[in-house]
Amino acid sequence: MTALILHRIHFGFTITFHYLFPQLTMGLALLIVVLKTIALRKRDERYNQAARFWMRIFAINFLLGVVTGIPMEFQFGTNWSQFARVTGGVIGQPLAMEGVFSFFLESTFLGLFLFGEKRLSPLAHWASAFLVFVGSWISGFFIIVTNAWMQHPVAYRVLPNGAYEVTSFWGLLTNPWALIQYAHNMSGAVITGSFVMSAVGAFYVLENRFSDAGRIFLRVGVIAGLISCTTQIFPTGDIHGRYMAKHQPATVAGMEGLFHTQRGAGIVLMGQPDEEKQTIDNPLIVNNVLSFLIYGTTKAEVQGLDQVPRDQWPEPLPLLYYSYHIMAGLGTYFVLLMAISAFMLWRNQLFTTRWVLWPLMLSFPLPYIANTAGWMTAEIGRQPWVVYGLIRTSDGYSKYVSAANGLFTLLGFMGMYSVLSILFIVLVYQIIAKGPQLGASAPVSEPLTVA
Amino acid sequence: MGFIWFWLVAVMIVAYVVLDGFDIGVGILHPFIARTDEEKQLAIRSIGPVWDGNEVWLLAGGGTLYFAFPLLYASAFSGFYLALMIVLWLLIMRALGIELRMHMQVAVWRTFFDGLFFISSALLAIFYGAALANVIRGVPLGDDGYFFLPLWTNWSLGPEPGILDWYTVIGGVLALVALALHGSLYLTVKTEAALQSRSRSASIYLWFALFVVTILSLPATLAARPDGLDNYRAFPLLFAVPIIIFAALAGIFYFTRKRAERKAFTCSCVYLTMMLVGAAVALYPRLLPSSNDPGRDITIAKALSGPHTLHVGLIWWTLGMCLAAMYFVVIYRMFRGKVSLAGSGYEH
Repeated sequence: MTALILHRIHFGFTITFHYLFPQLTMGLALLIVVLKTIALRKRDERYNQAARFWMRIFAINFLLGVVTGIPMEFQFGTNWSQFARVTGGVIGQPLAMEGVFSFFLESTFLGLFLFGEKRLSPLAHWASAFLVFVGSWISGFFIIVTNAWMQHPVAYRVLPNGAYEVTSFWGLLTNPWALIQYAHNMSGAVITGSFVMSAVGAFYVLENRFSDAGRIFLRVGVIAGLISCTTQIFPTGDIHGRYMAKHQPATVAGMEGLFHTQRGAGIVLMGQPDEEKQTIDNPLIVNNVLSFLIYGTTKAEVQGLDQVPRDQWPEPLPLLYYSYHIMAGLGTYFVLLMAISAFMLWRNQLFTTRWVLWPLMLSFPLPYIANTAGWMTAEIGRQPWVVYGLIRTSDGYSKYVSAANGLFTLLGFMGMYSVLSILFIVLVYQIIAKGPQLGASAPVSEPLTVA
Repeated sequence: MGFIWFWLVAVMIVAYVVLDGFDIGVGILHPFIARTDEEKQLAIRSIGPVWDGNEVWLLAGGGTLYFAFPLLYASAFSGFYLALMIVLWLLIMRALGIELRMHMQVAVWRTFFDGLFFISSALLAIFYGAALANVIRGVPLGDDGYFFLPLWTNWSLGPEPGILDWYTVIGGVLALVALALHGSLYLTVKTEAALQSRSRSASIYLWFALFVVTILSLPATLAARPDGLDNYRAFPLLFAVPIIIFAALAGIFYFTRKRAERKAFTCSCVYLTMMLVGAAVALYPRLLPSSNDPGRDITIAKALSGPHTLHVGLIWWTLGMCLAAMYFVVIYRMFRGKVSLAGSGYEH
């Protein structure tokens, strides 16, 4: 393996694992605020208990997000030093701002939120939950600003020493790419949160244990799920796709597996791209749809990979294609499932309809896959550039960190993260098995229910 | 602008060391002075609501370094690659040790997490001390401003140094003792009864150790960096820094004996701050000196970001720091006073 590939896998692996946690943090933070708000407005203690239950899962999830996030802040320097050296003046800024504006806020109010319920008034406790939510969403924004500049560099100039500098701070923060990507990404995080909440709710209702709490989880989860699944496709996904087609045509061609420029291009629902023959094997194609989705008319011409120089094709192309198709396919399924569930909820039949509860319980891993696949689409689609059109990925990695050293630490992270995964699953399962408590706090002597 | 940002980054590093320093110190000490499960819980609870916020200083400092001095960030982080990755793993293990303990109601697991907390804290202290010593000693920078250091070579200060050599090991030991003392003083402030009196006697032992290592570190530093006193000679007023260091050391001892634990802890904060300031003064205007050719030193001028970046940065940085200071006041006020096991409100 070359050093370049290793550094790519190193960053790719650690960021993929990391993002499993923040997506739930951001989604759940919003839903906990919803629960606390209902509890406050209706003066309904059941919603406070529900919030307290999710707070426990949130705490562990947040911790895993923090510990896997710290390496990310440092890996720009450790593994991508040539890139870091020239881009610090631009993207160092949002990264530092994330620490200064978001992490301090989050860590402080999470402390108050977790440990302070008895010392704070209900309103103050609600406010600390709200500020944790604000902190986590600000954090997401700064990361998206960073990534969006790599996708679509704006408001920069090149200094005499070859480094990039921001020319307009406001321009960097309001990069249109960032705003679109942020909406799409946050909606995706809420999907994860609502699927996880619905799954636990469905589990309790199907188990007939803690079913009061289960119904609350289902109600909040399904409504939030329907809203977020819809906004994920329209408008956020739709606008994102069109904007991408305009500014990264090679990426869109790769995502869709469109090798040849076409008038009235069709959309590939299934099939395997063959890079050598430049065809799709076993294709299942609906004519004209791609042209319509991008340009609003079935006759429009869509640029294919044949108009892109071979050395600027996204790579690995098949992985880009599959990532995008997995994301889009799952996104469609999410809307379907949540629409049916919401309909049943509206008709007051959800809690007794087992054929809906079962898929709700089992589907919670899918948003994680869809969010991961979406990020892979964005990041592989950006290749072969680390900053689109400006810096090639092959010019960005740390040239003095050898492949062997890179592999050493990659293996280290893999081992460490395997342990983290096991701990996370055991701890969260323990909380779910124990269930929301009816009293104000759990009796300490309660036996463990870990299998 | 370079001068300002040099000291702003220094402030963030100082904040990190002083604040997360006592978390690390508690980690190093708690297996020795907390005997029962309740005492261990108390020791961990004393840092429970604040350690995460303290660690944020490291992240915010790293981010600030990235945008203010990109060359330094790129060069140092890739050059100290192996050590830095180990530090990242230790930070992960420490967080698990602190946080997961209370989620496990099985004694074996609790012991495991206590051990994890201890080992990772001790090694973190050693690595931080060694890292600072590496920056003082200098690294073999290439023409392009990069380098790569193995973890160790022949343990001497030759042309082919490793991250660990006799000098940086002294730095590591100094940090280990200083942070352990810092932690014991913090625990003396936050706890009562047997735990407090054990923390207090640990402080006295650690104080003697720190006194010896601090004195030892001075000639060692001059051996590793013979021009380390140049800035001091140019501005003799700066000799106030070492004087304050020894005054603070004396203060720790005096106030610990007088049972004025808050004052003793404050002196320890002053000691850590001034040790770092002393190193920064010796280095200025270098950020990372070269061990082979002073012409290759990474200086402020070489590493500084563009002017617009830094101007805008100054505005939001100031705003952000005011907010951060506010949060810290809120959380430390909320959890002021002695820790107890009753009324935790979370999990138990």
